[in-house]
Amino acid sequence: MNPVRKRRLIITALIVAAVAVAAALTVFALQQNMTYLYSPSEVADGHSPVSTRFRLGGVVKEGSVHRVPGTLRTDFTVTDRFHDTNVEYTGILPDLFREGQSVIAAGYMRGGRFAAGEVLAKHDETYMPKEVADAIAKAKAAHRAHLGAQPGGSP
Amino acid sequence: MTPEIGQLALILALILAALQCVLPIIGAWRDNRPLMATAKSLAVGQFVFVAIAFAILTYAFLTKDFSVAYVAQNSNSELPWWYRFSAVWGAHEGSLLLWVLILDIWTLAVAAFGGKLPPRFHARVLGVLGFIAFGFLLFSLTTSNPFARLLPAPLDGADLNPVLQDPGLIMHPPVLYMGYVGFSVAFAFAIAALLGGELQSSWVRWSRPWTNIAWGFLSAGIVAGSWWAYSELGWGGWWFWDPVENASFMPWLVGAALIHAQAVTDKRGGLRAWTLLLAIFAFSLSLLGTFLVRSGVLTSVHSFASDPKRGVFILGFLSVVVGGSLLLYALRAPRVAGGKAFALASRETLILIGNLMLTISAATVLLGTLYPLLGEALNIGRISVGPPYFGFLFMLLMTPLVLALPFAPLSRWGRADLALWQRALVRIVALALIAGAIAFALGVHAWMGLLGVTASTYVLAGTAFYAIKRWHEAPRGKRYPLEMLGMLLGHVGVGVFIAGAILTRTLSIEQDIRMAPGDSARVGAYDFKFVGVGEIQGPNWLAQQGTVAVSKDGAAIVVLHPQKRTYPRGQVQTEAAIEQGVFRDLYVSLGDPLGGGAWAVRVYDKPFVRWIWGGGLLIALGGFCAAGDKRFRLRSEPARALDDANADVTPARLADQPS
Repeated sequence: MNPVRKRRLIITALIVAAVAVAAALTVFALQQNMTYLYSPSEVADGHSPVSTRFRLGGVVKEGSVHRVPGTLRTDFTVTDRFHDTNVEYTGILPDLFREGQSVIAAGYMRGGRFAAGEVLAKHDETYMPKEVADAIAKAKAAHRAHLGAQPGGSP
Repeated sequence: MTPEIGQLALILALILAALQCVLPIIGAWRDNRPLMATAKSLAVGQFVFVAIAFAILTYAFLTKDFSVAYVAQNSNSELPWWYRFSAVWGAHEGSLLLWVLILDIWTLAVAAFGGKLPPRFHARVLGVLGFIAFGFLLFSLTTSNPFARLLPAPLDGADLNPVLQDPGLIMHPPVLYMGYVGFSVAFAFAIAALLGGELQSSWVRWSRPWTNIAWGFLSAGIVAGSWWAYSELGWGGWWFWDPVENASFMPWLVGAALIHAQAVTDKRGGLRAWTLLLAIFAFSLSLLGTFLVRSGVLTSVHSFASDPKRGVFILGFLSVVVGGSLLLYALRAPRVAGGKAFALASRETLILIGNLMLTISAATVLLGTLYPLLGEALNIGRISVGPPYFGFLFMLLMTPLVLALPFAPLSRWGRADLALWQRALVRIVALALIAGAIAFALGVHAWMGLLGVTASTYVLAGTAFYAIKRWHEAPRGKRYPLEMLGMLLGHVGVGVFIAGAILTRTLSIEQDIRMAPGDSARVGAYDFKFVGVGEIQGPNWLAQQGTVAVSKDGAAIVVLHPQKRTYPRGQVQTEAAIEQGVFRDLYVSLGDPLGGGAWAVRVYDKPFVRWIWGGGLLIALGGFCAAGDKRFRLRSEPARALDDANADVTPARLADQPS
C-alpha cells in the first residue's frame, strides 16, 4: 500500500471510530435525559411512570393554588378538564404562572401527588404550548370515547 | 397611505432580487459582461427598496400608527420610543424584514468590496445572494406581510411582550442576524465556486474575511443573547440548551469548523471538499434556525404564537437550498476538490480533529433539538430532551479539541516538530497543574472546578507559549499579523470562557428564601438584608421594588433594588438586580409576595460569571481581527493571476507562511 493510501486509510478509520463512539454516547445520553409528557388523565389511568421523572402538562385549576404559610412551598392542581393531578412545588414560581393558564411541571409521582422540581409557564399568556394543547385534546377524545361506550352517554 | 408604499417597495425589491438572481448567473454562464455588470446595480436597487420598507415600518412604530396590524400587536402608546424602535424586530414579520435588510447590507458589501474578484465569480456570488433574498422576500410578502392593515384601527396597541422590553433586545437580534445571515456570503462563495468549477482554491481566501466577520458577529450575538437571558429571565442561568439557543449555536459550531478548514484550504489547498460542505452546512443550519424559531414546531422560551404555513414555506425553501446545493456539490465537488497529503503529526491533523469534534457536536445538538419532533412523527410520545444530554455530550466532545488546541499553532503545516510538542507539553501541563493546586489552596474543592481551572490554564498557557515563541523568532513588525492575532485572541477567549463556565457552575451559591422585612440571610461570604418592598412607577409599568442591603463582614457593599413589574395588560415581569463584578456577580430577584410583607427572594452569588461573556467577546474580537489581515486584501488582476497560477504548485511560497 502506498503511503498516501495508508494515511487516508488511517484517517478514515479514525473518523469512523470517532463517529461510532460519538453515536454510542449520544444514544446513551439521550436515553438518560429523555422525559415524556403526560396529561392528568393519563396519570389517572396509570399510564405515567411510577418512579421515573416525567413532565405533567395541563392548566392550573382555578382556585387550587395554595401556599403553605412560612415556607416557599406551593400546592396546586393541574387539570385537563377531565382529571386532576395534585402538585406540590417548593421554590419560586415563574412570572406567568397563574390560575387558568397552561403550565408544564417536571418531577416525580410521590404518594399520589406530583412532586415538581421545575415549573414552566410560557412567555405569551394567550399561547398554549403545543404539547399541552395536544394533551388536552387527547384527554377530550378519550373522554368522548368513554362516554360513547356507555349507552346513551353521547348524543 | 405610507404602509402601502412600504409594501410596494417590498414587491419591487422582490422583482429586483429575482433579476439579481437570474441575469448575472446567465451572464457568467455566457460570459456576457453587460449582463454580469447588472448584478451590482440590482443589488443596490434591491437594498434601497428594502431599506425604504424598513424605514416606513420604523416610522409607523415611532408615530404609533396602530392601523398597521403588526404595529398594533407589538407596541403601545405608553411604550418608550426606544422600545417602539426595537419593537420593529420584536416579532416575526419585522424580524424577517430585518433579516432581508441585513442580507442586503452583506450583499451591498460584497458588491462594493468584491470589485477585484474575477467578474464571473463576482457575478455568481451576487446571483446566489439574490436568490436567497428572493426566497425571503417572497416569504415575507406571502406569509408574513408587516404592512397588513387592521381596520378599523384600534385606539391603542396590544403592547410589546414585556420580556422584550429590555436594552438587550435592541442589540441581540441585529447582531445575531449579522452572523446568521453573514454565512450566506460564505455559502454564496462556495456555490459560485461549484458553479464555475473553480480549479484553484483561491476563492477560499477571498471568502475567508467574510466568514470570519460573520462568525465574529454570531459569537457576539450569542453572547448578547446569553447575557440578556441572564439578566432578564430572572433565574440567573446563562444557557438553557433551549431549541432556539441551539438554533444559533449549531451554525456557530459549524462556522468555527469552517473558519479553520478555510485556513487549511487557503494555505495548503487541502480539505477543499470539506470546506465546501461546511460552508453549505453553516448556512443551511442558519436557515434551519430560522425555521425552528419561526414555525413554532418546537416548544421553546422563544416560541410565541406562530403560523404553520410559515413553517411549511421555510421548510420548502430549506429543502430547495440544501437539496440544490448538495446536488451541485455531488456533481461538481470531485472537480473542485483535491489537495496535498499531510503527515499524521501536523497542523492539518490537529485542525481536522477540532473540525470533527465541532461538527459532531453540532450533529448531537441537532439530534437533541429535533428529537422531540422525531418522537412525535414516529408516535413514540411527547418527549423532551433535558439539558444534561447536551451538557454531557458537549463537554465530552470538546475535551479532545481543548487538548489539541495549544498544539495546532505550534505545529507546522505538513509535518510537526515532535520535540517542540514535547517541550511545550511539559511546560503547559506543569503550569496547568500548578494553577489547579493554587485553586485548591484557595478553596476550590469540587473536582469539576479544579478541572475547569486546569483546562483553562492549559489553553491560556499553551497560547502564551506560542505567542512568546513567535516573539523570539519573528522579526520586529512581523511578529503578529492580524490573522495570527485573531487566532491568539480567539484561543485566549476559549480559555477565559472555560474558566467562567465551569467556575460559575461549581462555585455559584443559589438560594430561594422567604424573607420578611428586617430578615437577613448569609449567602457565601455575603449578608443580604431584606429592608422591604415599596412601589415605584415607570414609563409604562408599576413595580413592586425591593430593597436589599448587601454587606461583607459588616462592611456595606451595595444596596440592590430588584423589581416585580406589572405592565398595562397585567403581564408581570421580574427585573433582577445585579451587582456586577469581574470576579463575582451578586444577584437578587423577587419571587412572589407571601403575605405580611414577606417575599420569596432569590439570592445568588455567582463567581466568574462575567468571564463567560468576556471569553465570548474575545472570541468574537478574534474573528473580526483575523478578517482584517493584509493577506485577504484583493490585489489587482495581473498580480493575482500570477499568484493564483503559482498558488498550488510552489512549495517555496507555502514554506514562508507563518507556521
